[in-house]
Amino acid sequence: MSILSINNVSKSYGSGSSKVDVLKNINLEVENGEFLAIVGFSGSGKTTLMQMLAGLVQPDRGEIIFKGEKVTGPSAERGMIFQNYSLLPWLTVYENVALSVNAIYKDKSKVIKDRIIRESVEMVNLTPAINKKPKELSGGMRQRVSVARALAVDPELLLMDEPLSALDALTRGNLQDEILNIWSKNKRTAILITNDVDEGILMADRIIPLDPGPNATFGPEFKIDLERPRDKTAMNHDPRFKQIRNNIIEYLMDIGEGRKSTETEEFILPDLQPIIKGSSLKKVA
Amino acid sequence: MKTTATLKKPIDLSFLKPKFLKEGGLKNSLFTIASILVFLGVWHLGATWLFNIEADRKIQKALTEQGTEAALKMEECIASGAVKCKPNTLPTPNQVLAGFNTLWLDHKVISADKKAFAQKTAKVNASREAKGLSPIAYTGRPSFVDQIGTSIKTVLAGVLLALLLAVPAGIVLGLSTRLKSSLNWIIQVFKPVSPVVWLLLVFMIVKTAISNADMDKSFIISFISVGLCSMWATLVNTSVGVSSVEKDYLNVASVLQLSTFKKVFKVILPASLPMIFTGLRITVSVAWMVLIAIELLAQSPGLGSFVWEEFQNGANDSNAKIIVAMFVIGFIGFALDRIMMYLQNAMSFK
Repeated sequence: MSILSINNVSKSYGSGSSKVDVLKNINLEVENGEFLAIVGFSGSGKTTLMQMLAGLVQPDRGEIIFKGEKVTGPSAERGMIFQNYSLLPWLTVYENVALSVNAIYKDKSKVIKDRIIRESVEMVNLTPAINKKPKELSGGMRQRVSVARALAVDPELLLMDEPLSALDALTRGNLQDEILNIWSKNKRTAILITNDVDEGILMADRIIPLDPGPNATFGPEFKIDLERPRDKTAMNHDPRFKQIRNNIIEYLMDIGEGRKSTETEEFILPDLQPIIKGSSLKKVA
Repeated sequence: MKTTATLKKPIDLSFLKPKFLKEGGLKNSLFTIASILVFLGVWHLGATWLFNIEADRKIQKALTEQGTEAALKMEECIASGAVKCKPNTLPTPNQVLAGFNTLWLDHKVISADKKAFAQKTAKVNASREAKGLSPIAYTGRPSFVDQIGTSIKTVLAGVLLALLLAVPAGIVLGLSTRLKSSLNWIIQVFKPVSPVVWLLLVFMIVKTAISNADMDKSFIISFISVGLCSMWATLVNTSVGVSSVEKDYLNVASVLQLSTFKKVFKVILPASLPMIFTGLRITVSVAWMVLIAIELLAQSPGLGSFVWEEFQNGANDSNAKIIVAMFVIGFIGFALDRIMMYLQNAMSFK
């Protein structure tokens, strides 16, 4: 049975002539323990979709069912890693993680909460920086705090909204490994939004392209049946990897082209001639 | 890697360090010193020029009203520097320094007097206290330093009142757009009201509300007026700060399902602290500025009434004492602003 299902969800912003339909008739089933990646162009409504899954935004039509219940608001069972980290800058690493641990594990004792916080920070290798403020950390370290904050409360569904897109390639690779490593330990369901096809193939069991908006819908799904753990360098030479990668990129390029071609409306230009000083109209004609 | 960074950061006190001790500061401070010297020079020349005009006028007056002999006598009298015929005008820097010395000596005398009084009444007061009576208090004239103390006490009480009124009100207004737009008229109408009018309003209310004769009414009236005059900057800044908290932080709060109470105190309030402290800095400087005018009118003992009494007094060094008070007011205002600036920087997390 699927843990999450999205049924005919549509969402638009604004009203009247400025109304923009972001998502239209989205349907998706996510299995328990699955790692799903959604790839798409920027501006295709990926973040809106993620905010609806988190419960921060409500769909206009359709419904999102999580564990048999309709999603009406945010919940601790659906942890979220934000694109821009969203750490509270006045709190230390420890306190940022503590904010979520204290909010979710209200009934646990102080000692246990403290242990959970320290273990989560250790999990992302940030123990040496546990008393530092976010401004003293690099981008990669900040995102690791964000990962620790989301994972500390052990959510059943982990939502990641382009978590690594603001990082440099090396840090990105390290964090991909770390997130995969943590995920493989408890096999929770995870949904990753990304604009990097390689990242999707490396991390996910299934990739679904989001066709560009307005009126974005899902394209055909691509199963990634490469065995785990996947090694980045070895994978680059794997013909199956190349095949999947080419298929996805081809698909994305095609819909990108399609979007361009639908926009080329033919305009009929009025029959006008410039009037040049010192020359008669006849001459020009 | 095991060394956890538990060492607390030392408090940054570099702002206390004089400028010339910092790198490249010597050159800059030379310019500062030069500008002070130029300022004193211009002041001295200007004061001398004004003195001469005033003296000429006096001699001219004596000449037309009483004749040549009186004029010569007046000229001689002015040259001797006698108090009875001294021209009343802007004092020179030297005279101001002398005025400062007078005030300082006066303070020493009064302090000694106070000490003697305290020793004399120590026994009596102890027995009065045992009987449950209030002790005999020193009722002599306050010295200049005492008046500075009173002024600072009043301004701090006023700022505290402004903080207690404006910050909670600002948070409430910032959280609710409807409340903000419906109560906006209060801010817009009362913000530009002059300190004098606030004082009169507070006077009307306090005079009736407090009937206890033992209470220091003039102090209460002046600190409430100071608070009401100066709270607007904090009120506006707090409400703007609260209503413009970054959406990301609010998203975090909703994903973690924080209660409204926790959301306000753990996310919204810390996020708007920099704005609140910017408002408080403006509040403190406005409070210090209006305080002088308010004390002057409320007859509350302090720098404002000191200035006014000296002006009414008209002694030969009154003008010099007024200028001394002016510098003291300026320096204290500067110091208060520096303290607030430090707090403001300490609060910003960017």
